[in-house]
Amino acid sequence: MPTLRDLVRKVAAKNAGPFQVTVDVFCGSAEAYAHVSTALSNRAVCDLFGLEPQLLTRFDIPDLHVIKFSMPRIVVQGSRFDRDMHGAQFGTLLEELVI
Amino acid sequence: MQTTVLVPSGVLGLGFSQAALDRGIAKGCDVIAIDGGSTDSGPHSLGTGRSKYSRAVSKAEWRALMQARARARVPLIIGTAGTSGTDTTVDWMYEITVELAEELGQNLRVARLYSGQEPDRVISKLAAGQIMPLSFAPEIDADTLQGMSNIVALAGAEQIQAALQTGADIIIAGRTTDTAIIAALPLARGAHPGACWHGAKIAECGALCSTHPGTGVIRVTFDQTGFEVEPMAPEAACTPHSVSAHMLYENSDPFRLYEPGGYLDVSAARYQALDGRRVRVEGSNWVSGPYTVKLEGARLVGYQTMLLAILREAHYVANAQAWADKLVSVLSARVADQIGLATGDFSIELRLIGVNAAMGALETRESQPAEVGALCLITAEAQEMADEIGRLANPFLLHMPLTEDEPLPTFAFPYSPAQTSRGAVYEFALNHVMRLDTPMEAFRLELSEVGTRADVA
Repeated sequence: MPTLRDLVRKVAAKNAGPFQVTVDVFCGSAEAYAHVSTALSNRAVCDLFGLEPQLLTRFDIPDLHVIKFSMPRIVVQGSRFDRDMHGAQFGTLLEELVI
Repeated sequence: MQTTVLVPSGVLGLGFSQAALDRGIAKGCDVIAIDGGSTDSGPHSLGTGRSKYSRAVSKAEWRALMQARARARVPLIIGTAGTSGTDTTVDWMYEITVELAEELGQNLRVARLYSGQEPDRVISKLAAGQIMPLSFAPEIDADTLQGMSNIVALAGAEQIQAALQTGADIIIAGRTTDTAIIAALPLARGAHPGACWHGAKIAECGALCSTHPGTGVIRVTFDQTGFEVEPMAPEAACTPHSVSAHMLYENSDPFRLYEPGGYLDVSAARYQALDGRRVRVEGSNWVSGPYTVKLEGARLVGYQTMLLAILREAHYVANAQAWADKLVSVLSARVADQIGLATGDFSIELRLIGVNAAMGALETRESQPAEVGALCLITAEAQEMADEIGRLANPFLLHMPLTEDEPLPTFAFPYSPAQTSRGAVYEFALNHVMRLDTPMEAFRLELSEVGTRADVA
């Protein structure tokens, strides 16, 4: 079974301010975008990040071949229990998801 | 009328190509604008009011920009000076500027825009119903506001325009939106508002919107219908894809960007390649709304001490989580018994490097590493108390066996002393907007003449 990393150009995650994190899936081609935008479900992303479904916002952007996920940071950036100040590892986790 | 803004890089301290800067100056600009910070590196700069950047590096880069400004004879603006844009980091940047003016023999009018907020102002705005929470905002009341180490409001274009109107050569602004320092002048000169904010968002990280992010310098030209963007390093190119993709960056909604007094909507924007390295954008919309500014605040959480032990023995590597759980429970009981602290007055956390230190409970991979780092983070209300708990933890972190009927292990301590005092720990404590009656109501401008009149730049 392929992981998301095998199917797309790159996955990048970054804080969107201290209280949210945003994860961009750059598919790299119309074909990859068509496949991934169908195969990658909100449910799978919520399970991966431990999120209630209503907290996930998704943008499918065909012009850029990008799927973007925005969500609250369950642990606020830089708070005592934060483990990843810039939030980039959320992208690594998503890259490894089996599609 | 066209207005051209030169953006040397995404932030002062990150570096830029001097040749690209020179090229930008030679091509001409009406203002040079650079960001000086962000919340990216966490709440510490806001909490302490200190810059996270090297003073020497900041001064070296600011010197190059002050020299470029003197050649171009245009204003130079820095926003969010000194990482967090507190009043003390504005003064830090001002001090560097005064030194450089002397060293370069420049005579300058310098405007300082202060964004720091007295808790009392915010408390009275809260009581008047003029503080609104944004998504996932922490709860606040008068007491939590009073207890914050620093509160800043994010200035928009209006406050930067007020500073420009003083005729200042250099503007050192406290916390501003990343875009306001770029959008302010073209907006004041009547360029298309949607284009001003959109072009500012595209250029705010310098050459990150191009094929060669490390080259820094970007030139944006605004007019009545749109904007054009071009990287100043010859090897870099802006393409419709590199430019439009930048709206995704650090932005939870790729089509909307909220600013003081409204929001930018780029859902109808059209991106056109003018040639191999320049892009023109039209069709972005600015939607006016109530005049609000975003607030950021940091509060002191406590003081930390950290220890690091390395587990190399296979038995402990394989059972690292069970060992860590036992250690936290043993240490917590000892702190209660021997130091006499209540459970809520301290915390002891063990993060296992090689197991799940970055992801915690979200980690999906399992592996058998050769070794595991046990990072022990102790937080208490005073540094001396955190250090005292660290001294109590030390022998257990070094020797605690998994079960009572096995030999005493000795783990690796990588240095002496084993514990490090981390100092004060802060948290972001505001994600709110504040309604203003007039844009300058919550901001303060100070004007100074610096340098020696005898020497002309």
